[in-house]
Amino acid sequence: MESLDLHKISVRDLNHFLHKEAPAKGVKQVEVLNPDGAHNIAAGMDYATTIDIQGHGGYYVGGMNKHADITVHGNVGWGVAENMMSGSVRVKGFASESAGASGHGGTLIIEGDASLRCGISMKGIDIVVGGNVGNFSCFMAQAGRLVVCGDAGDGLGDSLYEAVIYVKGKIKSLGADARVEEMTDADYAAVKELLDRAGFKHDPKEFKRVASAKTLYNWNADANQEY
Amino acid sequence: MCGIVGLLIKNPKLRPQLGQLMLPMLIGMTERGPDSAGLAVYTSAVGANERKFSLYAFEEDFSWQKLGHDFQQHLGSAVTMVPQANHAILTTHLEPATVRVWLKEHYPSLHLLSVGQLMDIYKDVGTPAQVAARYDFASLQGTHLVGHTRMATESAVTPSHAHPFTAGEDFSLVHNGSLSNPNSIRRKLEPLGIEFETDNDTEAACRFLQWRLREGDDLKTALMAGFDELDGFYTFLMGTRNEMALVRDAFACKPAVVAETDDYVAIASEFRSLAHLPDVKNAHLFEPMPEELYVWKV
Repeated sequence: MESLDLHKISVRDLNHFLHKEAPAKGVKQVEVLNPDGAHNIAAGMDYATTIDIQGHGGYYVGGMNKHADITVHGNVGWGVAENMMSGSVRVKGFASESAGASGHGGTLIIEGDASLRCGISMKGIDIVVGGNVGNFSCFMAQAGRLVVCGDAGDGLGDSLYEAVIYVKGKIKSLGADARVEEMTDADYAAVKELLDRAGFKHDPKEFKRVASAKTLYNWNADANQEY
Repeated sequence: MCGIVGLLIKNPKLRPQLGQLMLPMLIGMTERGPDSAGLAVYTSAVGANERKFSLYAFEEDFSWQKLGHDFQQHLGSAVTMVPQANHAILTTHLEPATVRVWLKEHYPSLHLLSVGQLMDIYKDVGTPAQVAARYDFASLQGTHLVGHTRMATESAVTPSHAHPFTAGEDFSLVHNGSLSNPNSIRRKLEPLGIEFETDNDTEAACRFLQWRLREGDDLKTALMAGFDELDGFYTFLMGTRNEMALVRDAFACKPAVVAETDDYVAIASEFRSLAHLPDVKNAHLFEPMPEELYVWKV
């Protein structure tokens, strides 16, 4: 295992190691010490390796991740795993705003709460949140799944496309065009599979499904701009 | 962009280290605000009949000694001056109104930053490290402070446009964000006798709160009124004589994170400004929720 200390090297040096030297040497396990809220830790990964960040990360931890499995043993700032393509990011603490924004693939697991705009504009990523999610989560989410084991804030799923949200707790309010739908066997199976992936113990039967009512898919002149 | 920091010391033994503990917090926010910096610090109170005035001189070679001399000559009243670079703290038992008029008449180019019994304000252009060195922030002692690093987006980069802003005595406010209706707020408040010193959006928010507090609102009620009147994005961090308070607008586009231990409450736009604090690993860390008022008492 390679251990890199951000008190001794810069984030640029760290990411250069992760992008170039780690694949060249075939490093399968990396530990990052003293992250101290620095931005862009392990952003732009394109290589299958395990990365353990020992502390709190700043903005964009694991952004654009492809293939790597990243664990943050602490909290993260804005935009964790933004635009992730594949692999996984696990946050042991809480995540600030826009977690998993625009993510195309892979799995983002947040063991604590996620702040506002979790999964905004997601495009295929799966996000599992052990705690609550803040207001405007999954705004304009296009594809993928968000599982919330706690409560959801205001405006959940506003202007959703094909992404699906599963919530165990209370939903403060739904956004425009989002609606609660009946759970099917496929939904229960999906929630079970995602909870298992995250290692969270909940009964899939307790989750609600939120999806798009699709009333915004086509322009409705009679709506008089009221939605 | 801008960065905000706040530190309230609960453990009296640490109060002599207020500046030292805060300095890496302010410098940690340099990338968010490289063009100006400032802070309001709450120190031990002056005498019950006294007030202290934080003053800023644009000329570097300004003679504070001469000002002190003129003050005593003209007003026949004792005054103490504590100068530090372009800044000085003037302490007197004369009424604030008298001092204001005298300063305006005899030293019109001076900028009066604040009036109060506990609060001193320092602010200037330059990187946070430069401003901190110029005013020796590391040596500051006291119970609490609120600080700011500025990246100007809506008005000029001058010492007057730097934060904190103040309204009334011992009240300070720093702002991360931007307001879109400062001019309409100004048009509403000026006829009510509220004077503005700059065209800065944060000053408009500060004057709005000043007006509400003047009309008898407590801080919470004033901020609730602010949710309706202030159009834009904001995380506000405020200082009063014995409190530090924080509020974020409904959309919470501007960040903040809080670390609380038995010894202190520390607030910054981002965790990287808190990482150096003693025992932060065991601190209670959380993100303040939108439209909720958080108040910590000294």
